[in-house]
Amino acid sequence: MSPASLVGTGGARVQIEGVHKEFPVDGRSTPALVGVSLEVSAGELLCLLGPSGCGKSTLLNIVAGFLPPTGGRVLVDGTPVTGPGPERGVVFQEYVLFPWLTVAQNVEFGPRLTGMEAARCREIVARYLDMVGLREHATKFPVQLSGGMKQRVAIARALANNPSIVLMDEPFGALDAQTREVMQEELSRIQRLEHKTIVFVTHSIREAVYLADRVVVMTRSPGRIKEVFTIKLPEVRDRFAPEFTRYEAAITRLVKEEVAMVRE
Amino acid sequence: MIRTAAFAGVLVLWGLVAYGNRALALMNPVLLPTPGEVVAVAAPQIRDGSLARHLAVSSLRIVEGFGLAAAAALGLGLLVAVWVPARLALEPMIEFVRPIPPLAFLPMFLVWFGLGETSKVAFIAYTTFFPMFVGISASLSRVDVMLLRAAASLGASRRELLGRVVLPAALPSIVLALRLGFGLAIFVIVGAEFMGADAGLGNLIMEGRVFFNPAQIVMGALLLGVLGSLANGLLLAAERRALKWRALP
Ligand SMILES: Nc1ncnc2c1ncn2[C@@H]1O[C@H](COP(=O)(O)OP(=O)(O)OP(=O)(O)O)[C@@H](O)[C@H]1O
Ligand SMILES: [Mg+2]
Repeated sequence: MSPASLVGTGGARVQIEGVHKEFPVDGRSTPALVGVSLEVSAGELLCLLGPSGCGKSTLLNIVAGFLPPTGGRVLVDGTPVTGPGPERGVVFQEYVLFPWLTVAQNVEFGPRLTGMEAARCREIVARYLDMVGLREHATKFPVQLSGGMKQRVAIARALANNPSIVLMDEPFGALDAQTREVMQEELSRIQRLEHKTIVFVTHSIREAVYLADRVVVMTRSPGRIKEVFTIKLPEVRDRFAPEFTRYEAAITRLVKEEVAMVRE
Repeated sequence: MIRTAAFAGVLVLWGLVAYGNRALALMNPVLLPTPGEVVAVAAPQIRDGSLARHLAVSSLRIVEGFGLAAAAALGLGLLVAVWVPARLALEPMIEFVRPIPPLAFLPMFLVWFGLGETSKVAFIAYTTFFPMFVGISASLSRVDVMLLRAAASLGASRRELLGRVVLPAALPSIVLALRLGFGLAIFVIVGAEFMGADAGLGNLIMEGRVFFNPAQIVMGALLLGVLGSLANGLLLAAERRALKWRALP
């Protein structure tokens, strides 16, 4: 089995056009997102940064098709999003594994729905469990896993379905620092190979600079786009390079501003 | 271990009270049968096979009535969970009928379905349907929306969401509703057999009352307890097998 036979189909373009979102709070509608416009090119990895509660998950939910925007729209390769679909894989902030399925069955969930033959499903499961380092836990149930392990199953489950777009909501948040760096390197390797379109929410500026083609910094709630950084660094990045640190410092300054204003 | 000891303890206590009452003549001894008397009443009925017949007749009624009600509760529960017009039409009706104590309708069941098996089975089905329907439809419509989102974003259609997410997610609560329904079936069989039955444990108890034989009443009650705990044990074992993902060591 050559890795190329399992390589994905490449990414799709995502256009977020003037998206507004309001939630009813105590009977009054309260804005969560205000006029967010953003274009993610096919094969781009875009990181979303912003203070807690600024609307990152909400924006991801709208692109995933779980929530309708109050105003504006989202297009995928020119087609408006009206609901969830398998071309947009999601890694949830809270993992959301199927507790009645084993680790392997969770990863297999998407491929099985396509009617793929069992042998090929097994191949895919093995590949992605290897990728997240959980091969020997294949027959365990989610209750038997730690938070970080669950998170890695959720990542494997989303990628095994070979979506052209992956929406990842703090996918490495529950991992220890070492595993986190390994997963970052793995994701960046997959990305060089498969060129998916990835929207990646994180609170770690280092992680964003390591992974992203562009970093979007959002304002405090109600969320707007504050600034977009294009990271002009080589594909394989050195976390200790001076340019890396310069990006980190510039983005940190901006995020701190917003977080400080939340506290006032 | 603890269970066996507790059972033995209750038996000993019963013996002490009943034989003590006999010795001290506190209460008419006929009213408080001793374990020995119950065994004496049961022995000939075990030998001539009539006790086994009563047990079999009651068990069959319970299984049939419960089975019907469980099938209806599952079917309608599913319908209500997936189709909003059905919920709007059915739920108010069911909520209206549900609080009426089923015993109030027992005479009507005899009028409608006659004195034969049908009236008993129908009465058990009617009584056990409501709690099972309420439990099942609630658990089916309260499945965590995040699980549905996860499955939908992996490509599940509406039908696949139902089969692969809603049903397995609701299974623990469905099994619980079925266990409660079965317990209730054993609860109401006696009432159903009080009226116009010629066999069954309820009939045995009724006979004990009519012919003033408290030992037979106690025997009937004990057998119902045995039946109930056996059935519950079976259902619990089935539940543990089906839900082994929930509580793992
Ligand atoms: N279903 C909802 N009903 C009402 N308000 C909501 C709902 N979902 C989110 N909100 C509000 O919208 C805002 C944005 O929430 P969101 O979860 O998108 O934030 P976030 O940026 O993902 O935060 P975090 O970094 O803590 O995950 C918050 O103020 C939140 O209270
Ligand atoms: Mg969030």
